[in-house]
Amino acid sequence: MSASQYLFAGTAFVMAVLIVALLGRLIAGPTTPDRLVALDLVNTLVSGIMLLSGAVYDAVVMVDVAIVYMALSFVSTLYFARYLEGGV
Amino acid sequence: MFVFVMSFFVYLLLSWSGSMSVQEVTIAFFLSVAVVLVASSSSRPGFWSLTKLDPRRWWLFLRYVFGPFAVGLAQANWDVAKRVITGEINPGIVKFDPGLKTDMGRMMLANSITLTPGTLTVDIDDNGVFYIHAINLTSSTPTEQDICGSFGQWTRRIAG
Amino acid sequence: MILGLFVGLLLLVSLFFNCLGVVSLYRFPDVYTRMHGATKCSTFGTLFSVFGLLLYSFVRFMAEGERRFLVLFIHVVIGGVVLLISNPAGAHALARAAHRSGILPEPAVVDALEEADKSKKEVAA
Repeated sequence: MSASQYLFAGTAFVMAVLIVALLGRLIAGPTTPDRLVALDLVNTLVSGIMLLSGAVYDAVVMVDVAIVYMALSFVSTLYFARYLEGGV
Repeated sequence: MFVFVMSFFVYLLLSWSGSMSVQEVTIAFFLSVAVVLVASSSSRPGFWSLTKLDPRRWWLFLRYVFGPFAVGLAQANWDVAKRVITGEINPGIVKFDPGLKTDMGRMMLANSITLTPGTLTVDIDDNGVFYIHAINLTSSTPTEQDICGSFGQWTRRIAG
Repeated sequence: MILGLFVGLLLLVSLFFNCLGVVSLYRFPDVYTRMHGATKCSTFGTLFSVFGLLLYSFVRFMAEGERRFLVLFIHVVIGGVVLLISNPAGAHALARAAHRSGILPEPAVVDALEEADKSKKEVAA
């Protein structure tokens, strides 16, 4: 691995730590929208990790997975929002 | 037509790995037709029109994204960073009417507003009036310039 | 080595803004202000990761001429565009749902949407 690949791996690791730090808001959040905002942020960070691991493992497939993950998490956010409005 | 062209080219870009074969293009064509058939079941007026593919609009769009939008994005994050650290906020929801007719234009302006300094789109009603949550409100009836700077003019030029 | 320096700088900016997004979740008082921090900072931060990846794959492609780096470049560009469209749109949907489910912005100077809803109900009644 080259130097930048180690950097990508380190960044992905710190992002994983950030996700753990988020779980407090995800569990405690006083209302449901609070939890959903935290979940949205978790999704963004996970897709960031997936993008980075595409470079770490030299596998473009990981980036494809990240794109699909972003699209699916967007759809799930929309459905959660629809559920909150009471329309499911 | 816009949906067809976009899905066709995105498929080709994603499947390209060095060379392009006839099979690939054929698959892309049929998949795009399938996407258009699915999307057209909830189509709106203007679904088949070519105006969204006008190269002049695309050129304007690129100039917008790499010009004022990029500057706004950087300012927004600097602003939020300061507010996270100092914790000084003065929030409220205001309304404003940008006078956009098309869904594309509304979507673009809403995303731009969300990603730029101190504002977040909360709701758009049927007449295209935006309801915006501002994190630091200076007056209860702000002008367009206060909320989104030059973005309103740009989106009106790009997507009417 | 020089490449590592620039990539590291971009990744550092990315991490800074992602951290800020997480901190804002704990620091701001209500859901709308939290949304400001979470959406903007995480989009901007992840966008900088994307820039780092773009720089890395572009330089590797130019130096070694291997096609897989160009493929990586194209895919990361598409990923960045998807991120830039889907993230604010999702936040907008959540904000709207929060307001419709009856959660009002807690410290708020003015709430035009609430007033509009009220006047609509009065007209209906």
